[in-house]
Formats: sequence, C-alpha cells, structure tokens
Amino acid sequence: MGAIFRREMSTFFTSPIAYVFLSAFYLFSGFFFVNGTLAYATSDMSGVFSSIFLVLIFLIPLMTMKMLSEEKKQRTDQGLLTAPISITSIVLGKYFAAMILYTIGISMFLVYALILEFFGSVSWSIVLSNFVALWFLGAAFVAVTLFISSLTENQIIAAVVGFLALMIFYLLDSIATMIPVKFISTILTNLSFYSKYNEFVNGLFNLSSVLYFISAAVVFNFLTVRVFEKRRWS
Amino acid sequence: MIQVKNLSKNYGEKKALDDISFEVKDGEILGFLGPNGAGKSTTMNILTGYISSSSGQVLINGTDIMEDPKKAKKNIGYLPEIPPLYIDMTVSAYLDFVFDLKKCKMSRTKHLQEIYDLVKIEDVKDRIIKNLSKGYKQRVGLAQALIGNPPVLILDEPTVGLDPKQIIEIRTLVKRLGKNHTVILSSHILSEIQAVCDRVIIINKGKIAADDTTDHLSETMTNDHKLLVQIEGPREEVYKAVRGIDGVTSVIADMNRGENIYDYEIEAKPGIDVRRPLNKLIADKGWYLLKLQANELTLEDVFLKIVMGETEDLRLTGSNVAQDKVLDDVSLSFKPDKKQIEQEVDEAKEKLRDVLKTIDAQRSVADNEKNNKGSNDKKGKSKNGGNK
Repeated sequence: MGAIFRREMSTFFTSPIAYVFLSAFYLFSGFFFVNGTLAYATSDMSGVFSSIFLVLIFLIPLMTMKMLSEEKKQRTDQGLLTAPISITSIVLGKYFAAMILYTIGISMFLVYALILEFFGSVSWSIVLSNFVALWFLGAAFVAVTLFISSLTENQIIAAVVGFLALMIFYLLDSIATMIPVKFISTILTNLSFYSKYNEFVNGLFNLSSVLYFISAAVVFNFLTVRVFEKRRWS
Repeated sequence: MIQVKNLSKNYGEKKALDDISFEVKDGEILGFLGPNGAGKSTTMNILTGYISSSSGQVLINGTDIMEDPKKAKKNIGYLPEIPPLYIDMTVSAYLDFVFDLKKCKMSRTKHLQEIYDLVKIEDVKDRIIKNLSKGYKQRVGLAQALIGNPPVLILDEPTVGLDPKQIIEIRTLVKRLGKNHTVILSSHILSEIQAVCDRVIIINKGKIAADDTTDHLSETMTNDHKLLVQIEGPREEVYKAVRGIDGVTSVIADMNRGENIYDYEIEAKPGIDVRRPLNKLIADKGWYLLKLQANELTLEDVFLKIVMGETEDLRLTGSNVAQDKVLDDVSLSFKPDKKQIEQEVDEAKEKLRDVLKTIDAQRSVADNEKNNKGSNDKKGKSKNGGNK
C-alpha cells in the first residue's frame, strides 16, 4: 500500500493534476469566501461550506478520473496485480493518496477561519464540525469516483460518469419530491448526500450522517476491489 | 518448481485453454511456442496470478497461486507482453517503486545497481520512460521482473518488436539468467526458442501439441530421411527412375532451376541410405547430380507440422501423417495405398502447400539479402542453393 500511495502522490505533484486541482479549488473557495463572508463582514462561514458542495461535484471526478482507468489502459495493472500485494492495498493506496490531496485542498477552509479570527470571533465548533463533515463527504465522493474510474479505460468517461453520479447524489432530494410513492421518496431523501451535509452547514453535528458518509466510502472502496477481482475471474 | 495441473480457461463459450498440464523443473528454461492466439499469454497470465483459471491448479514452488497468491507471487518475476511501465516516470523512480511494491528486504541501492548492470540500463536511468526506445523499454520491463531476485521468471514474448541486435542481446541475457533462475519464455519465433531453451512446449488452440527437449524434438522430426537433390535430366524420366530406387517412398519434383534442371525432394524408408544408389543411377543414365543435401528440419518445420495437422491430434508420433500429406504432390505423386485418405487430405494439403510456399519465399528473400550483403556475383548460385 505504501509504494502505491507514494507513487500516486508523486504522480499528482510531478504532473499538473495536483496544481490544477488545488488552484481551481482555492479559486472557487476563495471566491465564495470573499463574496459570501468577507464582503458581508460576518464571521459565519456556512455560505462557503454550502457552496463548495457543487464545486466538489466537478473537481473530485477530475482528480480521480485517471487513477484506475489509466492503469488498465497502459496495462500497468498487470504489474500491480502480479506483485505480492493484495488488491485491497492497491485500491486503498490510491484512495488515501487522493484523500491526502483532497485534504490539502480543504485545509484552506481552516486558513479562512484563521483570517476571520483576525477580524472578529469565529465559532470554532461550528467551523470544525463543518470541516469534519466536508472531509467525510469528500471521503465518500472520492470512493465513488474511484470506483467509476475502475470501470473504464477511458479517463473522459470516468470523469463524466463520476460527475453524473455525484450530481445524482446532489439532486436526490429533488428527485425524491418528484416521486409520488411515499415509501420510495423517503428512502431517496434518506440517501441524499446534500441534505445530510446541509445539517452540518446549519450547525448541527449529526454523527449518523458522518457514519453514512463513512459507510458510503467503505462500500464503494469494497466495490472497487470487487471490480478488480471480477476482472480476474472473467 | 512450477506445476500446472489440468488447467482450463474459458472466455464465455470460447475455450482459451483446454486441460493443460506440465511441469517445469528448477533451473530449466522452458520455451512456450505457439501461433498468435494459441493461449500462450493466457497461460502466463494464469501462472502469474493476473487472471484466474476456470479449473485446474498452478503450484509455484509448492504454493497454490489461487490459495496463497502473495507467497506464490513473491517467487515470480513477470514481464507481460506489454511491459507494465509508468511512462511518465523516470527509469530509476519506476524501479524504486517496483522495489517497494515487491516489498524487497535486501539493500536497495546495491540490488538496483546489480539490475542496472545486468540489463544495461545505467545510462538511461534518469530518463523518462516515455522517451525511451522500444529496446530500452523492454529492458526496463525485464529489470522490473528481476527486482527481488525471484527464482521464477516468466517472460511473454520478450523480443517482440526489437531490432536484430537487441534480440540477440535479450536472448543472451535470458540465457544467462537461466543459470540461476527457472525461466518460462514464450515466443512465436522458433529460432529464438531453439537458441535459448532446453525444452519446448508447443501449444495450439489451447492444447499442448508437443512437449519435448528442443534437441530431441528436431531429432525426432529429422528421422524422415529426406534428401534435397538437384538433377539435370528430363523431369519425368528422372522422377520415375528415382522412384524405382529401392527404399524410396516418395519423390516430389520441385522448382525448375534451369534448362532440364530440377529440384527433387526424395524421402526414403527410415534406416535406408539412398544416396549411393541415387548417385549410381544418375551416372548410369548420363544425367548430372548438381546438389545433394540432407534435409534437416528446423523447429519451424516441426512447428508447422504440428500446428497444421490440427485436423487430427498430431502428437510427435502423428507428425509423419502430416509429412505424407505434403509429399502427396499433385502432378507427380506416387500413391501406393493412400487413396482412401485422399479426400480428407485434400484440404490439409492445400493449406500446407500455401504455408510451404511462403516459407520458401521467405527463405529465398533471406538468402538474397545474405548474398546482397556479401558479393553480388554469388547471386546466381544462391538461387540454386536457395533451399538450405
């Protein structure tokens, strides 16, 4: 796992991926921060945390799109799968590398909070609980898009499908309201990422939501492992 | 070292491998020979644990590759058909990564230096793999397989796409590696297997068609006692006269090499030497013997015989049947008691003749090239001596 993790990290930073991802992330979050918080002279960062959700839907698929699809395309997966390591450690090595890059990205929110602290008082408990939620939301998103990347050899397809999948998670609430069957719409609402994340934005730390994000991450990482396994068996 | 028991692999309806069993001993260099799509890569991918088998068992050093893959894979260095190179990395960064990936316990710098020296990539170690030539990429692939000193090396067509010099270098390297590794090497180039391997398995349509030492294989096949002669004399008469020699089982009048000069392929019963009576006959008739050559089969011929004889299960013993099919030439063939098989044989004949033609063409092209390199005045001669 260590070898794969280190290789992925170095790929991120020796290629433009990390720089493009981070600058796009900083650009958007900086815009929301200046426009939504600083301009209103408030120390409430909920607007920034809320808006960033949509940005993640676009950026995370771009970050993970080639992580597994490219292995398949360049046939480098053959080297990994014939090495004396388990498939789980291959997948997790990649997953954690993506999570580190993501964490570097969202750490900027703590910097924003520090900037606010300079001008006034920040309610750190809310900021930190928001930050935790954002981190786990990302953990789920990365797992989902990594899984999609494992399904195809084509980066573009991985990115577009990943974007679609995250978009559906985002729209699940609206979809739920369109479905007349009560029972289905309840299920869909309960599966929604956006409403769960929004609870944190509104200042509610809900442990079950965190657990929900974690289980989504575990499930999709597990599915990614299964995709590799299945490829061996077919 | 490696035991393969009743291995099968199905891709949906298609049987890629059908009940393959073989064993590779310690320190053996085994050649895996077969046309494209015969199942060579599939077998190797199963041996290395990249894909699973539909049924059967693979034991590497006594460890089942499916049951304890980590332990089994530690014993294997694998160079797939397309080397698994991260083209954006430098050679040294990539090999460093593989060193970590294989969880090697030895001293990193020393071990990597050994490998750089062994496959001679020291001078490119700081270059990006993407920019390397095919030959260097292949060597980096080989280096990757060697990391961790695995006792078993599995090399899938290691010389494909390389230039002749590189091919010889890789072959020499593989031969050297064979001294302290067990090597399985696949190829569809027969001379390569002949040059490098102790033993060869010929695989065709997912089945093992032959399994023997390289020497023994060509020996068994050369027991045909075939002669290639060139005689100046009237074609029909020569043909009939030669057929009359005691012990001759078949004669084919082949290429016309000049006015009244023809090549003939003569096959005699095993154990009978027809060279002397043939000589005498020609002298008596007042013809001239221009060339007399024992036809030694290359692995190429052996391979074609086995692979082309696919209508029946032609193991080594069955190969003579295929031989007869070839010799049953249309215009001047002599068929004492084979009429009953004529029909079923027609189709196979047709196929074989095409193949032999292409081989002839290739040989003469190769010979011409050889001669062009040498002196041009030999060109005429070489045409006569075209069939080596």
